[in-house]
Amino acid sequence: MAELLRASWVIARRDFAAIIFSKAFFFFLLGPVFPLAIGIAAGSIGGQVARDIDRPSFALVMAAPDSDAALKARDALAEQLGEGRVPALVAMTSDNPERLLGAQQDTRFLGVLTGSLRDPQLIGTAAEIERWRGPLELLVERARDGSAAAPARLDTRAVAQSSGSREQGRLVTAQVGQALLVLLTMLLAGMVLSNLVEEKTNKIIEILAAAVPIDAIFLGKLFAMLAMALIGIACWAGLALVAILLAGNGLPALPPPATGWPLFLGLGVAYFAMAYLLLGSLFLGIGAMASTVREVQTLSMPATMGQLLFFFLASYSVTRLGEPIELVAAAFPFSSPFAMLARAAQQPDILQHLLALGWQAAWVLLLIRFGARLFRRNVLKSGGGVKRGLIAGLFAKP
Amino acid sequence: MTANAIEARGLVKIFGKQRAVDGVDVTVPAGSIFGILGPNGAGKTTTLRMLLGIVDPDEGTRTLLGTDRPLDVARRVGYLPEERGLYPSMKAYDAIAFMGALRGLPLAEGRKRGRAMLEEHGLGKAADKEVRTLSKGMAQTVQLLGTLVHDPELIVLDEPFSGLDALNQAKLERLIRAQADRGVTVIFSTHVIAHAERLCERIAIIAGGKVPFTGSVSEARDRLRPQVRLETRALNGPWRAALPADAAPEGHFWHFTLPETGVEPLLRALIEGDAGIQSLSIERPGLHDAFVAIAGADAARQLEEEAQQEMADG
Repeated sequence: MAELLRASWVIARRDFAAIIFSKAFFFFLLGPVFPLAIGIAAGSIGGQVARDIDRPSFALVMAAPDSDAALKARDALAEQLGEGRVPALVAMTSDNPERLLGAQQDTRFLGVLTGSLRDPQLIGTAAEIERWRGPLELLVERARDGSAAAPARLDTRAVAQSSGSREQGRLVTAQVGQALLVLLTMLLAGMVLSNLVEEKTNKIIEILAAAVPIDAIFLGKLFAMLAMALIGIACWAGLALVAILLAGNGLPALPPPATGWPLFLGLGVAYFAMAYLLLGSLFLGIGAMASTVREVQTLSMPATMGQLLFFFLASYSVTRLGEPIELVAAAFPFSSPFAMLARAAQQPDILQHLLALGWQAAWVLLLIRFGARLFRRNVLKSGGGVKRGLIAGLFAKP
Repeated sequence: MTANAIEARGLVKIFGKQRAVDGVDVTVPAGSIFGILGPNGAGKTTTLRMLLGIVDPDEGTRTLLGTDRPLDVARRVGYLPEERGLYPSMKAYDAIAFMGALRGLPLAEGRKRGRAMLEEHGLGKAADKEVRTLSKGMAQTVQLLGTLVHDPELIVLDEPFSGLDALNQAKLERLIRAQADRGVTVIFSTHVIAHAERLCERIAIIAGGKVPFTGSVSEARDRLRPQVRLETRALNGPWRAALPADAAPEGHFWHFTLPETGVEPLLRALIEGDAGIQSLSIERPGLHDAFVAIAGADAARQLEEEAQQEMADG
């Protein structure tokens, strides 16, 4: 085992240096900038449209005369200040205004303006109260039409998120995390397909195969590519962070996952590594059979389709926590990292992740062995002499 | 060190329906220079690949430096494959160090040795150049040095002279001898008889996947009787009865195989028959003649054609 790891390290070091110090790596790092630029441009247009359509709304629960006055005051203010600066008010009737903040409403209210114009009350989360208190006090003052002696002061009541909306929020985090994981894996794992072409084209494979086990070659190449992918992700994440901070928008607010952000992010990295190694070992094994770049290109399409299939399985099961389909997605090696990351967003248990990571790592090793045996048998035309089958040989010493 | 660096018995390799190697036995004594001589397609490379564990034999056994798991002794072996290969973007000294690192030599030590070896072989200025910018001969030298950088006990060279010009071939011969002088076992394959004849203590002749002969070059040559070249003044006379049946005339010259009885009875008969001997030479057969006799005329013709082709390419 020590020799296998030593040999893998030699291969990985060479591959990593060859990639990192090549001009191509610079273009690799630049790769996501183009879709990102298009995304930002499209996003800003979409954002404007969204702002126009999806205006911030508050429920208005007051007696009819006060309600009418508030609505008129709101329209007048919006005309003076602009639509975006004054929240929309929707007149509602309710014995328990707080319930209007639940997730089941047709309109998603940021808060509820209730009481009367004389004694107005604002109900909402602390963040929304902080943000909208000023404009709403202005609105109430306008609605009073100077009838009150003192300036309007809203009585506020902060509410925490309801349990239903917390679960809903975690689901969103699960979906976003899963989508990001799939996107990165799809972008990066496919590159492994062509990883042995250089060695085969330049006849170096003969030198490697005579000196170290094929398993070590596969393992080394895979980890070199993983290291490169992680460097790429670190660069992109760093750039994205700088861009967001420079833009002054702050980090996009996602509901916190069940495991908490630090552990969730750690698991995200671990599951990305596993997803990459699982798909990478499969692709490396398949790609090793190809002898030309053209063959690799031909293979890349079914490989991408395969990835999509795993993603669909994991994505379909994300809302079915604990159901058979979700358990299958969590257990099936290729969808397991995606499904388990979704679990990390929705369930606080840690032990299941240790088990899953161990399970996925075992599959990585098995796939590498299988790929190496296939390579020896089909490319090096070896493996026929020792009379053991392809499967039995997986457990023999390399 | 074991007495034999390599022992192989009954090696068989089948590709599809073809028996590329068919029951090969090879024994390479430690510290010797051993040649596998045969035309292209005879099974030389496949035999070497089986010995090194790159491919497993379909039948038979082999031990390399005392083990039947060649990769376990990879650190003690150097291998130059027939199809040369280096990473084009690597610098020359780094390529040597990488090949050493594959076989357990620390990278820093490999780099140090790589520079020194390149310097020693007149390629010091190429040390920092990328392999892609080197000439074919220089790249081959770099790869050969990479094969030796970790001081192996056993060096396996597959067609090492292929593609080299005469000057570099001579250099390589010197290098192989120098390694053998240090006690290193060298086994190489070739289709050029002259290399095997000049360098090898023992050879295996391979043709059609079989090894019809293995032994010393001298033993191979001894498979044939010495040839006699006789020049006489007389063209005819009773002395002609003393010539063996295979004697072929060419003017005043006669060519024939030395009789089992030796040269003395023949000389006596020629003198008594008044042949007027002008000259008489006895030539021990060369390895080429031995190869023809052992592997057959077709294999020998192929060998000659390949050697000529290589000279033309060179």
